[in-house]
Amino acid sequence: MANIFPKWSNTVPLKIIFAVLLLGGAITAGVTYYFTPKYSRVGYMPIQPVAYDHSLHVDQLGMDCRYCHTYVDRSEHANIPDAGTCMNCHNQILPDSPKLAPIRASYESDQPVEWVRIHKTPDYVFFNHAVHVNRGVSCVECHGQVNEMKEVFHAKDHSMTMCLECHRNPEKFVRPLDKVYDLDWKAASEEAQLKLGKKLVHEWDINPPESCSGCHR
Amino acid sequence: MTNLEQSTTERPAILDEVKPAELPRRELVANNRSFGWITDIICGIVEQKTPTWWWVCFIISGFIATFTGMGLLYLVSTGVGVWGLKNPFGWGWAIVNFVFWIGIGHAGTLISAILCLLRQKWRTSINRAAEAMTIFAVMCAGIFPLFHVGRVWFAWWLFPLPNSNSIWPNFRSPLEWDVFAVSTYFTVSLLFWYMGMIPDLATIRDRAKSKIRKIAYGVLALGWRGSNRHWSNYEMAYLLLAGLSTPLVLSVHTIVSFDFAAANLPGWHTTIFPPYFVAGAIFSGFGMVLTLLLPLRAIYGLHDLITQYHIDCMCKIVLATGSMVGYAYAMEFFIAWYGANPYEGFAFVNRAFGPYAWAYWIMISCNVISPHLFWFKKIRENTWFVWIVSIIVNVGMWFERFVITVTSLANDYLPSSWDYFSPTIVDIFTFFGTFGFFSVLFLLFLRFLPLMAFAEIKAVSPQADPHKH
Repeated sequence: MANIFPKWSNTVPLKIIFAVLLLGGAITAGVTYYFTPKYSRVGYMPIQPVAYDHSLHVDQLGMDCRYCHTYVDRSEHANIPDAGTCMNCHNQILPDSPKLAPIRASYESDQPVEWVRIHKTPDYVFFNHAVHVNRGVSCVECHGQVNEMKEVFHAKDHSMTMCLECHRNPEKFVRPLDKVYDLDWKAASEEAQLKLGKKLVHEWDINPPESCSGCHR
Repeated sequence: MTNLEQSTTERPAILDEVKPAELPRRELVANNRSFGWITDIICGIVEQKTPTWWWVCFIISGFIATFTGMGLLYLVSTGVGVWGLKNPFGWGWAIVNFVFWIGIGHAGTLISAILCLLRQKWRTSINRAAEAMTIFAVMCAGIFPLFHVGRVWFAWWLFPLPNSNSIWPNFRSPLEWDVFAVSTYFTVSLLFWYMGMIPDLATIRDRAKSKIRKIAYGVLALGWRGSNRHWSNYEMAYLLLAGLSTPLVLSVHTIVSFDFAAANLPGWHTTIFPPYFVAGAIFSGFGMVLTLLLPLRAIYGLHDLITQYHIDCMCKIVLATGSMVGYAYAMEFFIAWYGANPYEGFAFVNRAFGPYAWAYWIMISCNVISPHLFWFKKIRENTWFVWIVSIIVNVGMWFERFVITVTSLANDYLPSSWDYFSPTIVDIFTFFGTFGFFSVLFLLFLRFLPLMAFAEIKAVSPQADPHKH
């Protein structure tokens, strides 16, 4: 029988194995980096109709989160305020600022300001804001230091890993109830947090669900 | 040297007086066929012009396979509810069909691994086709649990792969063990099948006339030249794979049975399940081997390679495993009574005389009564009869899985949740289509790959031992 394969075909299997390993490695690395929430969500900062500056309102003026997000401790949904809430102050302060024109328009027309949504939990996840903030989980754990943001952006990745980290080890995250809206608060040290956390978890009988149906009902 | 001569020349006188009974071994290749004839007939199947019957069967099978395709498409676009699954039937035909196909897939590796280690030479004529059957049956089986997860694109979550959801398989679940048992079994069976084929593929390559065939079979034959070194490596690899797959033959169906036995349901929670399932799997697998090989023997004129002896051996295995299954049915009833657990007792009385009694008695007549026909030589020698019984065996084994799955789910501890299971049309279409899918794959195997391990058949044929040593 004549040789149907040239001599170089001897090394082809080895080359194929090498290429598959290389390609497999590249695909795995690429997917891990580009296709996970850490890349696809973090840093999302859409342009809003009004450039609301959280750092000015919270850090400089000392407003509480709940002044605007009124129902966060009473409802599963943390509401975005309507223009009326803004106008409580802004009918006195900077009443003619051109930056606030959309707020005034909304106030007069009863049409809501079209804010661009940043944090979106998928519809197959049940997340209840009130349950979390009333058991010592601060806003900062999921939304980052909004009090320092000039414009709001997606600071944390909101992956299921993030949920489970806390659900598996709540003592690392819970804090006293009067510090929930104090986004700058931190326990004195890691040990102090663990000690406090364990105490709170025990006192409040915190037992976060880890089964699928805890959140995917 | 002198000693040796003495020992041969000085025969003990007593031996001339005793006349040992003649017990000739039955020949594995009939009519003293030559090596050339064996090569020609098996390679001829691949080399001849595609027969008309092949095209007819292929097109019909392809059409039937579309039923599975449509059923699955409908399921994926709608949801698993289209399978007649509702409380209390979290599992219905899906698991029945899975266990049915995976059971059929047991004969291949049993023939190639266990019978190899036990030096059953008759396996050489049937092992290749049985291994192909195994692989295709496992593929059919895999469809059902795969699509039972609903969102099939997340099926990779079954494997322990790190992901951004921080979820990990539950290793305490028998369903997870199934994933590993079945995927290991499939991989090892595929390797075993392919490796065994290399020398035969090389023969087809050497006989090839067209350029495309030369290259295609050349690639598949992996540069096999049939040198001594090749053969010695091959034999060692074959033995190692046989050793590796032997525990798999037993473990796969044991773990499949754990899907049931590890649950607390009356009728499922029994220790007899693993051996009983393994026996049933081999029973159905050999049934399927007979169903497939007897027509092929007639079509391709392989009577000299699959002799009456081969059929006898297979029938006897069907008889033995069928008896084990029958024993298990009886023992389940005995233990249900002897265990004095009222729920267990009810589960079995309900099986035999409850709403599914019709299925139970189909199962009993197919699995317990029909294999006992093989006690009779006359019946084993009637190919038509053997073929029909082999089909009945698999009908019975499907009903066995149906009875086990559905009766226990339908009537468990809590009468308020009792219900009667009926499959939907989607269930029926999806299952029906898998036979087409299986046939398509098997027909392609017939057309393009060597049907029998002819390199090995030659070694066990009378021609390989002309001096009768």
